[in-house]
Formats: sequence, structure tokens, C-alpha cells
Amino acid sequence: MKILHEPTAEQIRDQKIYAQWGLTDEEYRMISEDILKRLPNYTETGLFSVMWSEHCSYKNSKPVLRKFPTEGPQVLQGPGEGAGIVDIGDGQAVVFKAESHNHPSAVEPYEGAATGVGGIIRDIFSMGARPIAMLDSLRFGELDNERTKYLLEEVVAGIGGYGNCIGIPTVGGEIAFDPVYRGNPLVNAMCVGLIDHEDIQKGQAKGIGNTIMYVGAKTGRDGIHGATFASEEFSDEEEAERSAVQVGDPFMEKLLMEACLELIQDHSDILVGIQDMGAAGLVSSSSEMASKAGSGLILNLDDVPQRESGMTPYEMMLSESQERMLICVTKGAEDRVKDLFSRYELDAVTIGEVTGDGQYRLYHEGRLVADLPVDALAEEAPVYHKPYTEPERIQAFKKLDAFIPDIADTEETLKQLMQQPTVASKKSIFETYDSMVRTNTVVGPGSDAAVLRIRGTRKALAMTTDCNARYLYLDPEKGGQMAVAEAARNIVASGGEPLAITDCLNYGNPDKPEVFWELWTSADGIAKACTTLNTPVISGNVSLYNETNGEAIYPTPMIGMVGLVTDLDHVTTSEFKQAGDKIFVIGETEADFNGSELQKMQLGRIEGELFDFDIDKEKMIQDKVLQAIREGLVQSAHDCSEGGLAVALMESAFGNELGLSATLDMPSEWLFSESPSRFVLSVSPEHAEAVKEVFGQDAVEIGKVKDTRIAEIRTQTEELTIDVKEVKDLWEGAIPWLLKSKA
Amino acid sequence: MRFAVIQFPGSNCDVDLLHAIRDGVGEEAEYVPHTAESLDGFDGVLLPGGFSYGDYLRSGAISRFSNVMSEVTRFAEEGKPVFGTCNGFQILVEAGLLPGALQRNENLHFICKTVELEVVNNQTRFTTEYNDRELLTIPVAHGEGNYYCDEETLAELKANDQIVFTYASDNPNGSVENIAGIINRQGNVLGMMPHPERAIEDILGSSDGLRFFESMVKNFVKETAEV
Repeated sequence: MKILHEPTAEQIRDQKIYAQWGLTDEEYRMISEDILKRLPNYTETGLFSVMWSEHCSYKNSKPVLRKFPTEGPQVLQGPGEGAGIVDIGDGQAVVFKAESHNHPSAVEPYEGAATGVGGIIRDIFSMGARPIAMLDSLRFGELDNERTKYLLEEVVAGIGGYGNCIGIPTVGGEIAFDPVYRGNPLVNAMCVGLIDHEDIQKGQAKGIGNTIMYVGAKTGRDGIHGATFASEEFSDEEEAERSAVQVGDPFMEKLLMEACLELIQDHSDILVGIQDMGAAGLVSSSSEMASKAGSGLILNLDDVPQRESGMTPYEMMLSESQERMLICVTKGAEDRVKDLFSRYELDAVTIGEVTGDGQYRLYHEGRLVADLPVDALAEEAPVYHKPYTEPERIQAFKKLDAFIPDIADTEETLKQLMQQPTVASKKSIFETYDSMVRTNTVVGPGSDAAVLRIRGTRKALAMTTDCNARYLYLDPEKGGQMAVAEAARNIVASGGEPLAITDCLNYGNPDKPEVFWELWTSADGIAKACTTLNTPVISGNVSLYNETNGEAIYPTPMIGMVGLVTDLDHVTTSEFKQAGDKIFVIGETEADFNGSELQKMQLGRIEGELFDFDIDKEKMIQDKVLQAIREGLVQSAHDCSEGGLAVALMESAFGNELGLSATLDMPSEWLFSESPSRFVLSVSPEHAEAVKEVFGQDAVEIGKVKDTRIAEIRTQTEELTIDVKEVKDLWEGAIPWLLKSKA
Repeated sequence: MRFAVIQFPGSNCDVDLLHAIRDGVGEEAEYVPHTAESLDGFDGVLLPGGFSYGDYLRSGAISRFSNVMSEVTRFAEEGKPVFGTCNGFQILVEAGLLPGALQRNENLHFICKTVELEVVNNQTRFTTEYNDRELLTIPVAHGEGNYYCDEETLAELKANDQIVFTYASDNPNGSVENIAGIINRQGNVLGMMPHPERAIEDILGSSDGLRFFESMVKNFVKETAEV
């Protein structure tokens, strides 16, 4: 029998086998001396090692997460469950969460991305919600090498392969490129669901004697120790980590989702709790469900549906096989559950029961193989207050003179900028995602935020993901504020009122004080912006150790935001609608180039002190834009971000094949400044005065929309006549061209 | 009229078809599981898009063996309306109710976008509400929509006016002669890759698909009344 070959408790101690699984000496001492008062066996050591990993316990990031505002009158469920929930009135609520799948995607990009999508979808329907939309926030290295092109193509294929098959529209997200992500691409997936208040579920196992059932796919050896894997750095010598990546089956998940939603909606009398088996699989879901309810648990591992023979308790408990859920039902209801799942041709198997003593007991082949206090596993991982130090670059940046761009030919600079992959059109990518299935997509990929109507109402949901990590690299606190502000700007530009955020906090190795400082101070910025903009943090995840060969990624806290559009008439898109409409720039433009796309393009790097940002002013501007939209004054609204005003104006002209004529009282290079808190609006002539009244000095009328595809732009220094179609072709062609060209 | 929307394991455009019938043309529509033995009580059957059985073997190759398919075949033989879109089209082809085959898209990528579709036969019972050669704005969303048939079949399709829709300007998948949708010789079984059920409301981008369902309801009702 295979179990006999497992190391003994003494061998684990003496050979420090626990250290290979990520436990420190001190953590091992706590487990054996303080908690168990004996040596943990092989299975128990494995359980602790995953449950106490950063990925499951947030042991390094908990003090950071406590900074976030998580409450508000709109919040029905904050962090701590599968996903957060926000009230949208009429007995309905929106459920959303984002999760990173960075490490698996770096190793096996197709399956890494696909299972990232599958995992976040399970988090949403485990709350009882019908998933209605997916968004993906991606970061890659530059498209100048075959490896990065491969990663991009496979990640995109994995997202599409899973989302298209399960039939949830992929409606938005963003992709940015910087060399720091070459070894550590970021794959953050966000899912949004819709729920009626009475269907809200909790992941809990309570009621002594109630039954624990396992539903969905069988357990194999895939993904063992995935959660620990996600909490380690990469180095070139350790490339052979392939076994830690799971394989997804979207068809199975479609069946599982429909079965679970039917169970939740039609059998609430017997359902006690439901939770996804995500990171750290069976151990994580079961121990968290018991711990949350103050219960204990007995699991009989012989009854776990297995795909392979001879699996050990360790393997079964830590497996991250996909498309599995754990449910707790009232005793005696097992056959009803089995009948329901059998209609979907799925396994539903009793594997244990709820106890009242707070112990977590696993039986295998008649032997007790683990006997632990459940809270110790799920709740009592040590929390580390890591030391932090400002990185040297921050002071060095402050000493640099502000970057002054060198522009000999403004039109040529614009064309180059439009072809930078971060700015360039992502159409060739998002057209491989089904963005329309379930027929609710009012605004699909490519506008500022995606908008989905809520069938049977006049309401809609706006959703976006954003983070300009370059700003955070220069100034994590201000950059953190700006990431939230940009997300809100995209929601507002689409006609929505920001409700709340989810986040994926992607950082380097937190054991380095400089990295932890980035995490610590950017959280301050995010918290401040969320408080000011009234968008509490309702869910999220943390991905640390994003380093390759000691080089960390930029601090990249991806912000996923959802807003409520109170009436479909308010839905606004970024493209100009009609010739003759007047164009307004909202907000001030200054010479803000540090951290800009232009600086990166011209210098090949970003540096300097980040320009000023005022969150209160941002809030004021956003409120006015939303007011103008709700009063029906706005034809189009576009957030002004990477690449500045010139890029925003061109993008506004692309959609409906229009042009523009504008006069800007500024030097030409300011066209590319990335001053924050700005929008480009187009307004029909009869509403121009009303718009001026709403905004006062914050709006500048710069010109009008033209019906020929030419952009005439006059600055203080020159007159430009730009062929809009030519620029659009360059903008749309850039990424396909980069992917095809040989490195 | 009362339509059955078949739910195969992995169908995912079922909800779209249901709403197209109920909200678009105000007729009755019900979900029917793939295990159903009988379609008694229904006047027509609709096969939705999606990834039945994950499309793991070949699109539609497993679904065609579903229990309900003998009833779908009966409907086809009895002259009742049978409509398949996307995966539904693939299933009809696999079941032999329509000729030809659907291969992977020429560029090997899934493609989701709005295309310009030309009505090349507005004399079918699914298309009388359209003008001859009318251009429609209708979404496509598929990975295996590249219609293929041999020369002989193509000649027959043409001779019998069985080609109903073609891609007008931009063929998204490489299909033979830009074919997007075809009908059987009896004129009651229509399959197409594009999704008219996704184009029944202006707020979602187009309502050009509405008249497809209006044609179907009008002509098949009329026919029933004449009988």
C-alpha cells in the first residue's frame, strides 16, 4: 500500500520535509508544540502547509487588507465568502470577484488561464448567483520575443476556450505590456453574477449530523500543491513545475453550474451551505465551511470520487482537480441531491458529516489519518507584520527633472503611440471571445466599460478592470488611488454610478521590505480612493511572489469595478455619434509625462516623480459627468488615460467613422500628457450651454465632430491634419502585426 | 405556435432562442431536455447554439444520438419547422437533416462579431419578411462554422435554391461560396451559423433577426391553417 512509503512524522521533523512544502521552522514548531502537542503526520503536515500558505491564509497580506473600507449601505456581503455582494434594489443584487491565476499561466498558459476562468465562475455561482459576465485583466512582457507571443496567444485561447464553451460572455478587461511581466505574466479574471436576495448562500457546514456531499468532477492528481506553488518565486532552475497546473473542463462546469443553481433555487429547504473546491481543493473548502460555522467535520476519503487508483489522503485532500463543489445538506436529503445531479450526469456522493466538537477528522481505509482542530487549519495561520522600506528608486526619482518629450513630428509621434501594444486596439483578441451569449450585452468589449442590461428592468450594470501599474511603480500610494479613480471614470463614462470594487493585488516577493512597502503604501492609496468614491472593497485576492530571477513586477493592484446604470437611457459609449456635435474636454491638462506611455516609448523606461493627483477633484469631476449623462446632455464620453488627449480623441472618432476639428490652447506635446481626471465628451449643439453650466470652468469646448474622416487639430504651435482612417488601421493592425512578425 | 427549445448538455444559447420566441414574436416556447421521448404538443423545434457535449469529439457529433433527435427527425419529415443555429446547425448536419459539414474556421480561431449577411433566397418560409438580396446585420460566434460540401452537393444546393444566407462582405470562417445558412429541399429545416436570435432588439445592436422568426411564425401558421 502506497501510504506506507510516506515519510514518518519523525522523518518530516528531522529531514525538515515541511520546509519543502513552504512551512517555516517556527510554523512547524507552532503546529507540533502549540496546536497538536505531538508531531503531525505526513497528511497533517500537508494540510497545514497549504492552508497556511499565503494563497489560502493571507498571512502576509492580512494587515494590508485591513486598511480597506469594506462596508457601506449597499454591501450585502463583504470579503470572506466566495464573492462579495452589492444591493442594486428591487430585491436584486450583483455578485462579483476577481482572482489571479498568474503562476499557473506562466507555466501552462492555456490551462492556467482556462482554470482561472473556471475557478472564478464557481466562486460566483457558489454564492447562488447566475454568472452573467467575465472580464480579464492581463499583463505581458513586450511582444518582441516568441515566448511572450506564445503566452499571449495561449492565455487568450484559454480564456476563450473556457468562457465560450460554458456560455458566459467575456465582455471586457484590459491588456498592458511592460518588460517587467516577461517572466511573470498576470492573468486576473473577474466574474459578475446576478442574484435575488433570497437565493444568497454561504459556504458553511453546520448542524450536527448534517451531510457533506461532494458534487462534480472526480478527483485526480492534478494541481497538487497549486496553492503553495502560487506563493513561491520562479527561477530558471525551477522550470520543471508542470505537475502543479490543473486542467479545465468547461463542459463539466456548465453542467455543474446548472445543477448547483437548480439546487439553490429549488431546494433551499435542504441546502445548508455550498462552496467551491478551489485553491487547496478539498481541505480548503471543507475546513473553511466547518470553521465558519463553528463546527467539526468527519470525512471518509474512501468515498471521494477518484479518477486515479491508489491516491493517498494527502493527494486527495490537496488535489486541485477542477469543476468540483462541496455542499452541506440536511441529513436525509441525500437522495434528492443525487437525483438532481444525476439528471446532469454528475456525481453527488456523501463523503462525511458535520460534528459539534470543532475537530477535523479524516478517515482512509479504516484508519484515522488526520485529527486536527479545524480552526487551526482555517483561521489560525500566523499573521506576519513584515518590515517595509521605501525602495531607493523613489528618492532617486524625486531628484530627476520632469521628463520633457522630444517631439519633432507630432503626427508621427501620434501614429507611433497608437501602435504601442498597450494603447493599440485589442479587437483581434476580444473578437475570439463570445461577448454576446445570453443576449444582455448592451456595450461589449472596446468601450470604456462593458454594460449589461438586467432583463425585465430598465437597469443595467457597468463593469471594468483597470490599473496603470507604471504610476504605482513611480508612486504606489498615488498610483493606487489613480487605479481606483480610473476604474470609476470608466464606469461613469458609461453612464453608471460606481458601486464597489474587487481587486487582485499582484506584487513581488513580500519578504523583501521594498516590495512590502509597495503593497503597504498602495493599499493606503486604494483605501483612500475607495472611501472618497464610495466604492468599498467587497472581495478580491492577493498574488505575491511575482518575481523571476529576483526581479519583481510593477506593483499591480488590478481594480475590478461594477456600477449601476439606473436607466438604459443613460448608457453612453466612447465613440462620437454625429457630425456637428461639440467636443468638450473635461478637466485640466498640464505637462504630465512621468510614467506616461510617451515616456516609455521615447526613453524605453519610465522614471521620475509621478504628477499630482487629487481624489477629491476627481470625485467632483466624475459626479458632474454622471449628472450630465443622466440629464441626457451627453452623446459620447471617453476616459482620457494612456497616451493622453490625442489618443482619446482619435479613439472617439474611430467607432462611427467620423472626424473632428479642434483647437487646443496648449503646446503640441501636451496632446500626449496623461494628466488625470479628464474626459472627452461630445454634446449635441442644443445641449452645449447646459453642459457649460454643469461643468463651469472644468469644461473647455475644443471643437466639433466632422463627417469626414479627418482630424484637424490646432495647438499653440502647429496645425495638424490627420487621416483618421489611416491611424485607425495602424491602431487595429499593431497587435496582429507584432504577433506575426519574427523576433 | 408552441416551440420546443432543445437543451442538449452544453447548450448555452437556449435562453436566447427562448426569449426570441417569447419576447420577440410573442409565441410560446419551452425548454425540452435532450432525453425527451416525445415532442407532442409542439408545432416546431429549435436547436440552440452552444457547445453540446463540450464539442469534444466534433461539433454536434454526439448530440445527434440524443433521444430527442428521433422526434426532431419526425418533425423534419412531417414538414414542421425545424431550425438550428450555430451548434444547432452543426447537429442538423451531423444528423443528416441538412447536407454538408462544418469545419474549423479557416483562421483556426473562435470568432465573435457582427457580420453583414445577404438574404439570397427570400422565398423560404423562414425569410419571406425580408427583401430579396437584403443585407442584414447579424452576430456570429463560433469556432467551427466553415461550411463545406462537395461539388455535386453544391450544385444541388444551387439548383434547388437551398442557399438562404451568405456572408456579404467579409466571410468570417472560410465557408464554401460564403455560405452562412441553408435549407432542406422540403423547405422546413433551416440551419445557419449566424445568430438571428441575438439580433431582435436594437438596444443589443440590431433587430434584423426579428423578421426571421416573424417569417417562420407567419408561414408555418398559415400552412397549418390551410391544412
